[in-house]
Amino acid sequence: MFGILTPQAFIHGPIETVPQLMVVFGGIAVMGLVLYYRAWGWLYREWLTTLDHKKIGVMYLILSVVMLFRGGADAAMMRVQQATSLPGSPGFLTPEHYGQIFTAHGVIMIFFVAMPFMFALLNFIVPLQIGARDVAYPLLNSISFWLTVVGAMLLNASLVIGDFAATGWLAYPPLSELAYSPGVGVDYYIWALQIAGVGTLAAGINFLVTIIKMRAPGMSLMRMPIFVWTSLGSMILVIFAFPILTVTLALLALDRTLGMHFFTTDLGGSAMMYVNLIWAWGHPEVYILILPAFGIFSEIVPVFSQKKLFGYTSMVVATMSIVVLSFLVWVHHFFTMGAGADVNAFFGIMTMVIAIPTGVKVFNWLFTMFRGRILFPTPMLWFMGFLSTFIIGGMTGVLMSVPAADFELHNSLFLVAHFHNMVIGGVLFGYFAGLAYWFPKLFGFTLNERLGRYAFWSWITGFLLAFMPLYILGFMGATRRLDVVDPSWQPLFIVAALGVCVIALAIFFQFLQLVVSIKQRNQYRDTTGDPWNGRTLEWSTSSPPPHYNFAVIPTVTDRDAWWEIKKQNLKTISEKKVEIEIPNNSFIGCIIAACAFAFGFAMVWHMWWLAVLGIVAIVIVLIIRSLEEHTEHTITI
Amino acid sequence: MPLTSAFPLLQPSGTIALAERGLMLHAVEFMLIVAIPVYILLFFFAWKYRAGNTKAKYMPDWEHSKMDELVWWAIPFEIILILGALTWSSTHALAPNKPLDSARGEPPLVVQVVALNWKWLFIYPEEGIATINYLRIPVGRPVQFEVTADAPMNSFWVPQLGGQIYAMTGMSNVLNLEASETGTFAGGSANYSGAGFAGMKFVVEAVPEDEFDAWAQTTKLSANVLSDDSYTFLARPSTGDPVAYYGEVEDGLYTTIMEKYMDLLSPGAHHH
Repeated sequence: MFGILTPQAFIHGPIETVPQLMVVFGGIAVMGLVLYYRAWGWLYREWLTTLDHKKIGVMYLILSVVMLFRGGADAAMMRVQQATSLPGSPGFLTPEHYGQIFTAHGVIMIFFVAMPFMFALLNFIVPLQIGARDVAYPLLNSISFWLTVVGAMLLNASLVIGDFAATGWLAYPPLSELAYSPGVGVDYYIWALQIAGVGTLAAGINFLVTIIKMRAPGMSLMRMPIFVWTSLGSMILVIFAFPILTVTLALLALDRTLGMHFFTTDLGGSAMMYVNLIWAWGHPEVYILILPAFGIFSEIVPVFSQKKLFGYTSMVVATMSIVVLSFLVWVHHFFTMGAGADVNAFFGIMTMVIAIPTGVKVFNWLFTMFRGRILFPTPMLWFMGFLSTFIIGGMTGVLMSVPAADFELHNSLFLVAHFHNMVIGGVLFGYFAGLAYWFPKLFGFTLNERLGRYAFWSWITGFLLAFMPLYILGFMGATRRLDVVDPSWQPLFIVAALGVCVIALAIFFQFLQLVVSIKQRNQYRDTTGDPWNGRTLEWSTSSPPPHYNFAVIPTVTDRDAWWEIKKQNLKTISEKKVEIEIPNNSFIGCIIAACAFAFGFAMVWHMWWLAVLGIVAIVIVLIIRSLEEHTEHTITI
Repeated sequence: MPLTSAFPLLQPSGTIALAERGLMLHAVEFMLIVAIPVYILLFFFAWKYRAGNTKAKYMPDWEHSKMDELVWWAIPFEIILILGALTWSSTHALAPNKPLDSARGEPPLVVQVVALNWKWLFIYPEEGIATINYLRIPVGRPVQFEVTADAPMNSFWVPQLGGQIYAMTGMSNVLNLEASETGTFAGGSANYSGAGFAGMKFVVEAVPEDEFDAWAQTTKLSANVLSDDSYTFLARPSTGDPVAYYGEVEDGLYTTIMEKYMDLLSPGAHHH
């Protein structure tokens, strides 16, 4: 009945019990609040069943923020452990628990913080920027979101029942095989990512179709805003890369549950195959995250330089070359596996080649600023912070793309510093810029500027304090994932831990900013719909936009469509009544998610009957839905 | 024993590590050709064209210049062309499996490295000795490491001598290194291999050749024997293993360890 689940799975050590109780009581508290405020109906109507891309975006953002706390807590524990542990006096975490923590940190930050944050921004902005009323498949959008939630919930369920993988965020075999990881941790990892991955793939298809098919009349491909271009590139990567992840994890699951030998040490299994496959997904994944950030900066820099974007065509060419090249570099993640010099040199050079289009983007941003009239509100500060740290990350990246240099830097803290440099300085700062820039559009009021600046400066300081010491530690020969460190490294680890405190302060300022801005929202109200004197179509509608986004679908005559409309004083409001079709709310996303959770949990604990039931239920729900005839209603405005 | 340097990558004691450091410095120099102007332009433009400076030229519709764009496609392209050439030649010159020339014309010292849960076994097949978590090598003579694992994937790394290579079951990777000066260096695993990973440390001592020979002969006198049986015992997971020496090693032990994973027909390599 319960597979391999026994009461033992609920019992944890003293330190693991704290988050276990937090998850349980957090869940109870949320339910209690909903019941106390009798908010169930509101929650159901406005959020759980919504198909509005803007609300789904808000929910993606909430998911990302909640998971940021979990991933951030993991990071803080790692920093405390490494700053306090020495040979002979191990820190407060056991090696097994430490292994789970750094694994969870990586998985959470990439899959459940960065990816939802990206889809939040895509959901908010892509339909608005192309002058569409929603995404191509609103219900699929809801299903994608809820499947991502299921992935996050499965991952957090491992805090309460059983444990999580202690293998590193990519779960290399043979360590992740049954022989070395006999517990359920790796199974939680596999099924959390499988389910979230299906959601991501569906979202990728959804946005690709939205961008290809739903652009406003007149918006040819070469008139699309660059953020739409980079989103398109990112979605192409999702569609090509995520199936590789799904297959790879499926093969690992077959090894673990059915005793097969794809990646085991015996009977011809090859761990090297797994390493190749997982990075064939993993490297494009990095570009899936960073391309939209590049797009955000390509929107922000022209607006705040009060000038057209320089080199639009170059930007498009650069973006699409990165899309292609990102599939030709995966071996640079394991030059040290023993491939021959020809192979390593080829992949090293391909990696460097990516620096060319990236460099072009940087020059285009700089020359957008050239002879502009530059304003420096927080979004522009994030750009300055991004570029000044991104150059360091870019240089250390190119350095490691030289195989013979990488032999000395690989798997060291230098590598850890490099990718945090890219993911925090590049991806996260980019998304923060986008959030600060588009926040008034979504919620109808701007964010408090002063607290935004405090947050920015704390983030920059904290980031430098936390990660520059890691570059130095790399030169000292410190490897990653150590739970006990050399005494001579301790001072730098303490500096890095202080950096995490400053980052915590930065996040505190961001929350304070949100709270203060909500309290004083009447003062910050955006009544124009266009608080920054924007250039693209999202600024042509009200803030926040109505459910249907645009009463009249705008006609596009040039790049910077809204700028042209403003310049020519064209009307955007219709005098006569329009009929608009709106998809009906649907609870199907939540139902499918609940079934998927049951399926995933059942697979982890070998409750085969429940797994079959979960899948059958999903198929039945989909059949019922496809027979439904009235899925839309018409409103007249 | 104090280590020779706290910054092994910057103060190397091996010919390979020295070449790799030189390569890094070269690569950084080339990249600075782009990076420094970018920093200067970023802060100069931000200051010069700030909205408050109404004296600065303002061209709100200037969006395109074939010539300029050609220049910044060309500059990174040139740099990457140079770096690419450097990469091609250095990757071949510093390929881990490329034998090193010996100044004195001797063949390299062969050391067989086995990553175990969670300790390192070093077999000196020609000397007929073996050590645990300790490595002694002669200065000025190339060392050919043959690296495998009887455990999850590890990475064999002595940063002061040169780059790392993965240690994997059923695979023998070759890494050629050479100490160019005497000293005491830290070595370890760079790839996470489970709960005892942090303890996978060892010390490398590079000594003059005659001292090495004397040490090998002394070690040969040790009564410890590394047979199939004692190896099976050794290979069981353990942490905090002290340095140990074996005066006798079963012939072909390294090959046996590797080949037990290469049998495609019978399961159950005894990896516990």
